[in-house]
Amino acid sequence: MISGTAGQLQSGPASSGAALGRKIGYGLLYIILILVAVLQILPLVWLLFFSLKNNQEVFNLPPFSLPMDPKWANYSKVWNAGNINVYFLNSVWVTVLATALTVLLASLVTYAVTRMKWKGSSFVLGLFMVAMMIPVHSTLIPLFSVYNKIGLTDHPLSLIFSYVAFNMPITIMILLGFYYALPREVEEAAVIDGCSVNRMFAQIVFPMTSSVLATTAIINMIYNWNEFIFVNTFISSDIYKTLTVGVQNFIGQYTTDWGAIGATLMISILPILITFLFLSDKIVEGIAAGSVKG
Amino acid sequence: MDKVLSNKKIIALYVLPSLLLILGVVYIPIILTGYYGLNKWNGISAMSYIGFENYLALAKDSAFWSSAWHSLLLALFSTLSLVIYLAVAMVLATRIKGANLFRKIYLIPMLLSSVAIAQLWLKIYHPTNGIVNSFLQSIGIANPPAWLADTSLVLPALFIPILWQYAGFYILIYYAALKNIPASLEEAAKIDGANALQIAWKIKLPLAMEVIKVTIVLAVVGSLKYFDLIYVMTDGGPNGASEVMASYMYRVAFRAHDFGYGSAIGFFLLVICLIITWIIRKLTATKDTIQYS
Repeated sequence: MISGTAGQLQSGPASSGAALGRKIGYGLLYIILILVAVLQILPLVWLLFFSLKNNQEVFNLPPFSLPMDPKWANYSKVWNAGNINVYFLNSVWVTVLATALTVLLASLVTYAVTRMKWKGSSFVLGLFMVAMMIPVHSTLIPLFSVYNKIGLTDHPLSLIFSYVAFNMPITIMILLGFYYALPREVEEAAVIDGCSVNRMFAQIVFPMTSSVLATTAIINMIYNWNEFIFVNTFISSDIYKTLTVGVQNFIGQYTTDWGAIGATLMISILPILITFLFLSDKIVEGIAAGSVKG
Repeated sequence: MDKVLSNKKIIALYVLPSLLLILGVVYIPIILTGYYGLNKWNGISAMSYIGFENYLALAKDSAFWSSAWHSLLLALFSTLSLVIYLAVAMVLATRIKGANLFRKIYLIPMLLSSVAIAQLWLKIYHPTNGIVNSFLQSIGIANPPAWLADTSLVLPALFIPILWQYAGFYILIYYAALKNIPASLEEAAKIDGANALQIAWKIKLPLAMEVIKVTIVLAVVGSLKYFDLIYVMTDGGPNGASEVMASYMYRVAFRAHDFGYGSAIGFFLLVICLIITWIIRKLTATKDTIQYS
């Protein structure tokens, strides 16, 4: 392992030679880390650059050269020309609604499972946990035919139902650990004072979980914003499409205008990048918490 | 307390909406998938029951087996790339300054939609104007390959963006696991004369094994049902050279309108994902006890 070198140098005797060696060791590690970081970012920098160029500049200038005068017009062009603004708003409201519903419903289930006394609670919890292993694709055909039968294909509700159901397991899983760790004393005192379960949940427990709710909400938002296969399968009208599928179709029509394509892609990823800029700690924490599934 | 908390009406109110949703959207559909698979059905006209014919046809369908092979290759590649992710995480976890910033930067591609990533990489691989071939031309390679149009290159060319997309995710998980190892263990080993390589191999790796196990399941199952990037970038082409199980199912069901056969593939996908999850958990569980003892 590469980490070996640094650790070894670190534990060496404090002579000047070892100090120099340690510096070189750390320098090497930094070079590796920076190289990986550059590889992760470079394609996106290139995307930003060509979103501000016209085709002539894209093809004739070196790939990583900045355009002489940035073509911000690419952005206004695609925002107004296609239905990008419609897709964008659809993405926003579908994402927000599905996320809010998932977090609320998952909180209710988690509360009922961890706090309330009933037979079958572990079985119900098991149903949600096993659902995490089920591939989305295996449900796609029946979902399509059932939604079709009840008139929900080409309807945003098909997306909301699917997003909420498929995000519920992971959301419950993240909430579970938090609920188990919550102290019960406050609730006990509340019950003695004659507080109902509904009030206890709404006014005591739900607010106490706000930090973990933020974490789960972020996971949900990223998933819902980027979701592709359900929109692609269930939605056919432009007025209901979300950004992922809208972008895909839009680009299909403008295959040769690189600046327009770049601008479209930038518009579709900017909300996530901006959120990341402000909430990166929460996002890292959320993804780390969400990853322990399996 | 107990009486208040065993109110059946409230429990039903809290649990039923979610339960109905998960039954309706996840469990009933997988049962239906299995059932549709036993029928000849184009999605519109009436179904006709044909028993296991679709499943038998699946066994003899060379296009399906080649898509399954590609999925398996992706699973293998993803699992192997975990070694790189683990190595990078080990470097990050060596009390290096700026580790936090690095792992955040690594995570960015994972946050973006697969459509955006796929479209971006289509441009990166563009035969004449993409950065890959521009670079190759600038170092004197006159005729660089058309990556995504070449049946022998398309699969590896698709694996690179997948590695790129998920790197930050796995590095983050490993980093968190390595950071959880108490520093005292490392100190003690150092005092006993262990070098950093021995510490990494004999202490850090076994203690991170639980998490490594989870990531292997995630990587393999994630690969078996992988779809988005391949669907957008090559749509399984050229000539089926990059078709995977999920994209083949999608083609059969929603392009060729063979919902019965598509369902049989969907059911196979489900069964194989569940079996492989189970096998990996069993295998890695035994390994664990050996390493901890």
